[in-house]
Amino acid sequence: MNAHATATRSQARPAVSDRSRAEARLGRRLVAPAIVLMLLVTAFPMLRALYLSLFSYSLTAPDDREFVGLENYIVALTDPLLWRDTAITVFYMVVTVAFELVIGFVFALVMHRVIFARGVIRTSILIPYGIITVVSGFAWQFAFTAQNGFVNQWLPFVGADFNWFGEQTPAVIAICVSEIWKTTPFMSLLLLAGLAQVSEDMIEAAKVDGASWWQRMTRVILPNMRAAIMVAVLFRALDAYRIFDNIFVMTNGAVNTESISFLTYRQTIEQFQLGIGSALSVLLFLSVLLIAVVIVKLFRVDLAQARQEG
Amino acid sequence: MAATTPNWLRRSGTALGCVLILAWCLLPVVWIISLSFKSQIAITNGSPGFFPASGDFAGWANYRDVWDNDQFRRAIFNSIGISLIATLLSVAIATLAAYAIARLEFRGKKLVLSMALAFAMFPVVSLVGPLFDMWRTIGLYDSWPGLIIPYMSFTLPLAIWTLSAFFREIPWEMEQAAQVDGATSWQAFRRVIVPLAAPGVFTAAILTFFFAWNDFVFGISLTSTENARPIPASLSFFVGSDPFNRPASLLAAGAVISTIPIIVIVLLFQRKIVAGLTSGAVKG
Repeated sequence: MNAHATATRSQARPAVSDRSRAEARLGRRLVAPAIVLMLLVTAFPMLRALYLSLFSYSLTAPDDREFVGLENYIVALTDPLLWRDTAITVFYMVVTVAFELVIGFVFALVMHRVIFARGVIRTSILIPYGIITVVSGFAWQFAFTAQNGFVNQWLPFVGADFNWFGEQTPAVIAICVSEIWKTTPFMSLLLLAGLAQVSEDMIEAAKVDGASWWQRMTRVILPNMRAAIMVAVLFRALDAYRIFDNIFVMTNGAVNTESISFLTYRQTIEQFQLGIGSALSVLLFLSVLLIAVVIVKLFRVDLAQARQEG
Repeated sequence: MAATTPNWLRRSGTALGCVLILAWCLLPVVWIISLSFKSQIAITNGSPGFFPASGDFAGWANYRDVWDNDQFRRAIFNSIGISLIATLLSVAIATLAAYAIARLEFRGKKLVLSMALAFAMFPVVSLVGPLFDMWRTIGLYDSWPGLIIPYMSFTLPLAIWTLSAFFREIPWEMEQAAQVDGATSWQAFRRVIVPLAAPGVFTAAILTFFFAWNDFVFGISLTSTENARPIPASLSFFVGSDPFNRPASLLAAGAVISTIPIIVIVLLFQRKIVAGLTSGAVKG
């Protein structure tokens, strides 16, 4: 890009500024539709939520809308329900991302080494990625039910009539299984791409120097994959924090499996409480932002570096 | 290769890994297909086990029943229409933006990319309340455009990132050559870059389509009838006659039908999808 600019500049000065001005104008015109659409459908509703969160507003009685200041936030933040749901959401996030990272890394190592049947592996790994989350939720829910599923038959340590959805812990496990099953392939593909970027020469050099498999892994491969791992963790953690579909399908929020997204949905769409629902929306947005900032700061994720822009 | 581990051990380790990956990915798919062949009577009476027991096999009966269901057929139609239109529009808009980001020099370029990334992180559920209210006011509630617009907006960040990554790999000199030959920036874009960029655009389209096809939150929140209700929402609301005992095998048949387009796309384009997924997020 720079070479292009300097080459033209040396030829004729006034033509350059004209050309670069035209280029800038075209650039702005080409990005405008995307920006406008994202602002209208994403930023505007978010600001609208911020505004509505200051009102007592229910769609069942829209004429009784009245300004209440921060009352909705006080109600939400002092309700133990919010904290219980936040805790369980953080649990979902940490557990699923941890499992996905470990299993995904093993998958990536295997795929990196496979020479034959690459297409078959790649095709099958894309199926969970592409499948509808609702379908994954149904498949696992039916698999876990005592009446028609196979899990109780296969697992030696649970009785044939064990009810996975009767209490919190087993229900949360079932939800996590569905979530981990569906998203591990995506994680493994991201990690595979990171693995492919680690220079073979470096690994070879370590091998010549007598480094064991474990040493090569922890001293050479993993540090060089840092950027890829962190980007994968950031993307998946933010996604996992918004968990909704599997909970809706598998337990519908029963037995304390409700996530913060589910609580927000229940308030706004099911109960038409737009005031308090909007306050929850804003809090959900802020918590996602907080998690993003924490991950980026804590692990010093450098997105530009990950994209090799230096 | 390795001095320490014997070759046969490494190779059998890799083979075992492959078997594990295949089992992981395909077991639940085989399970839902197997479930879709259990008869509805067997489901009501309880029929545990991975494969239908003898006598519980229903043949194509569940598929026929699901296909005869108007709501289901309508949902498939909605999903295909809405996802395709949203994909086309989103990719068209993203292509323009990604071209500008990858090839043109203008202020605010970095801002556009970071904005796209920030929007990609927005929690969908946060926006559904205000959108629900807005759509009801302006009459987009429970209509195709009411879903197409949010799908476009939510797939734009992914499409812009994937496409700008692809566009950076395109040989830049070709466009210069066209401009030296007297083409304007716009002509150079249309005649030279578009054909070169087509594979990348195609990949972005597949990823966008997957997103739209998979969406659930907008689907259940912004629709109320079969007017626009897409397939994931329709499946989740399909309760059958007994709300305490969902018709598992019937639902499984519906789920399998809704997965067929995904499997076809994956089989045809697996190489492109992998390239697109990883370039957008890692390589750039």
